[in-house]
Amino acid sequence: MSKKILIVDDEPNIVISLEFLMKKEGFEVVVACDGEEALAKVAEFAPDLVLLDVMMPKKSGYEVCEALRADPAQAALKIVMLTAKGRDTEVAKGLAIGADVYMTKPFSTKELMLRVRETLGQA
Amino acid sequence: MKAKVRFLLAIVVLGLLMTGPFIVTSFLVWVDMKDAEREMLTELLLSRLPIGTLMTLFGFAIGVAVLHKLFKQYVEGLLGMAEQLRLMLGANRNFRVRLDGPPEVQQLAQAANDLAAQRDALLDDVDSRIAQANASVEEEKNRLAALMSELAQAVVVCNLDGRILLYNNRARLQFKALSQGPTTVAGGALIGLGRSIFSILEKNQVEHSQEIIRQRLANGKSALANFVTTTRGGQLLRVQMVPVLSAALEPAEAQMTGYVLTVDNITRTLEEEARRDQALHSLTEGSRAALGSIRAAVANLIDYPEMDSELRERFVKVVDDEAARMSQRLDQTMHEFSDSMKTRWPLEDVLATDIISAAQRRIEDKLKLPTKTEDVDAALWIKADSFSLVFALVFIAERLQDHYQVRDLRFRTVSEGKLAYLDLIWVGQAISSETFYTWEMETMQALGETSSLSLRDVIDRHGGEIWYQREKAAHRAFFRFVLPVATPAAELVDERRSTGRPEYYDFDLFKFEDKSIDLDRKLSELTYTVFDTETTGLEPSKGDEIIQIGAARIVNNRLLKQEIFNQIVDPEQPLKPESIPIHGITEDMVRGQPNIDIVLPAFHAFCEETVLIAHNAAFDMRFLQLKEARTGLRFTQPVLDTLLLSAVVHPNQESHKLDVILERLGISIGSRHNALEDAIATGEVFLRLLPLLEEKGIVTVRQALAAAEKTYFARIKY
Repeated sequence: MSKKILIVDDEPNIVISLEFLMKKEGFEVVVACDGEEALAKVAEFAPDLVLLDVMMPKKSGYEVCEALRADPAQAALKIVMLTAKGRDTEVAKGLAIGADVYMTKPFSTKELMLRVRETLGQA
Repeated sequence: MKAKVRFLLAIVVLGLLMTGPFIVTSFLVWVDMKDAEREMLTELLLSRLPIGTLMTLFGFAIGVAVLHKLFKQYVEGLLGMAEQLRLMLGANRNFRVRLDGPPEVQQLAQAANDLAAQRDALLDDVDSRIAQANASVEEEKNRLAALMSELAQAVVVCNLDGRILLYNNRARLQFKALSQGPTTVAGGALIGLGRSIFSILEKNQVEHSQEIIRQRLANGKSALANFVTTTRGGQLLRVQMVPVLSAALEPAEAQMTGYVLTVDNITRTLEEEARRDQALHSLTEGSRAALGSIRAAVANLIDYPEMDSELRERFVKVVDDEAARMSQRLDQTMHEFSDSMKTRWPLEDVLATDIISAAQRRIEDKLKLPTKTEDVDAALWIKADSFSLVFALVFIAERLQDHYQVRDLRFRTVSEGKLAYLDLIWVGQAISSETFYTWEMETMQALGETSSLSLRDVIDRHGGEIWYQREKAAHRAFFRFVLPVATPAAELVDERRSTGRPEYYDFDLFKFEDKSIDLDRKLSELTYTVFDTETTGLEPSKGDEIIQIGAARIVNNRLLKQEIFNQIVDPEQPLKPESIPIHGITEDMVRGQPNIDIVLPAFHAFCEETVLIAHNAAFDMRFLQLKEARTGLRFTQPVLDTLLLSAVVHPNQESHKLDVILERLGISIGSRHNALEDAIATGEVFLRLLPLLEEKGIVTVRQALAAAEKTYFARIKY
């Protein structure tokens, strides 16, 4: 059975590429446009991995990440932060609050796929 | 024993010497004789007694005369000489002992005179050496003061109590700009000799820095401390502290006796830095998202060439969209932050005309090439490294003269928003763009000097541009330098009151330790505020009001004419026409001025911790005291009255009016009858009275107050 991926980003221009890419790679894909929707979709859709942006309306990616990590039911969920916040302090924060992978935009799609597979144990 | 008694004793001794041996011999012979012999002798002697007595008396008289003569010449003569020597020793150095009397006494007198001459020579020598040493100390002080006053940085020197010993003009202007309230009132009130630096800088921070320096000194490190502090007005100051050390043989033993503060207002620099940060951030972070979308879309287009055309279209649209957004953002950032993005070569704010006149001087003096200016904006400030910019102008001038036989040059400035154009214009032959290109790129040489920079380097350093342009109609051509316009921080206007060297320093304050006023301190050591008021009339209780307060400070026996308080006050009532000729203040002058509620707190702050001095102080104090209830300000410091002090010194003089005292003490003052001028005159009077008071044994404030009080009761009729 194919793995499920939730894409969380408020920028449609990146969502379109990510969605296309993930579908092409054989994942089942759902999209959320802000932090709150993301939490709702996680509960409803139970994804294996979340591609999470940081700067979003309503709830930031950091908050979403913290909320997910605080929920024991989601312990197995993998989180890949994918964001324009590239300062080393921000990377450190992302990893500290529980992201499995932190990638800064712009990124190479090949590397993204590699890290996603790695994280899902498909490498 | 007195000389006279000794003289009488000597006469008695003489008498005894002349009669004694004869009488004793006669007695002994008499005892040895037989009766017959005694009778014979008695008969023999009695008949000749008169002549014997006469001879004895005669001899005695001669003896007395000789004795008297000797006494006069040696004893009394020497006594007289001793008196003369005392005179020479004390009252009159130039007195010399008269040479008379016997030769031995004269020799002694001569020797004493020679000694005196030698002493005088020595004293003169010592005096002249002291004068020399003083002059050189004074010269050094002046040199230091001159140096300080020209420094572009604000420098303040304090003793350990935080009292200001020295400050330069820059510091005065900078702190004046920081002071709050109506600047005419508070202006300069913050900074002043003998004042506390803690009214400007946070005390804790200053003391913390002192502590750091002490530790560093103890550890043998270079003693220096920095801190940044916020003023009450929200300005940021960066302060550097270095210690003033006492002279000691071993550097490790040197004690800190004070400190030098260098103060920079970094508010603007910091703002600029924040803007630069913001620009950088908006360029990096802002671009990441857009680039991320583009990169992902392009990767998909490349990696999946078989995708359907609708999807392909959408990815291309993403790229197009995001690229457009990025360009827009870039433009916007460049526009908003262009100033902050410039290279950080330290440029100073200078007037364009100053650059031009510097260049003109060098071109005319060294190249003998006449120059003119046309349309130069005298108020145009630019950011420039003036040395390299002037060098560049001279370099071009020399090239034009050498290669194109240019006869004269003109300068022009044009201001274009954030940019300033500085044009160097000449009439005649045009130059080729290749020539200009070589000029631009080679290292500059002018007047036999070589610069390490090329014209292009200079331009880049300014974040500017340069080009060559022709005015065909006028047969002219010009080089146009494009330079950044500067907006100088509220230009610090220097308004020195008097010419000559300002009195911004007082090293004697290093000895100044006490904070509150100690009545047993010497009068000459205290800090005073001499003040005077002009009023609408003479009766404060009937509603007369203050219309001017003038004051100056006396610190360490010096009247500081730079540290003044001078403010006209709106009395909020019409002026009496008959009083106007007296104080010279008209309705026009008081209109729009602050009222006493604003001025009095400023004056209160100005004279804080000082002894007040006024002429006929009771009058002025009455006006101040009547405002206590309204302003809540009390003037509690001791007050000295020059009128009373003058009466203490010259009790037998009829008048103690300020004019009369000025004349009596030989003080000439330009103009008077304005509060500030009268305050300064009062200050001069006080300083002249000090030595006269000291002659009367009045040395401390307590003594002066007591003496004044006594005189006051003696003069109660006044």
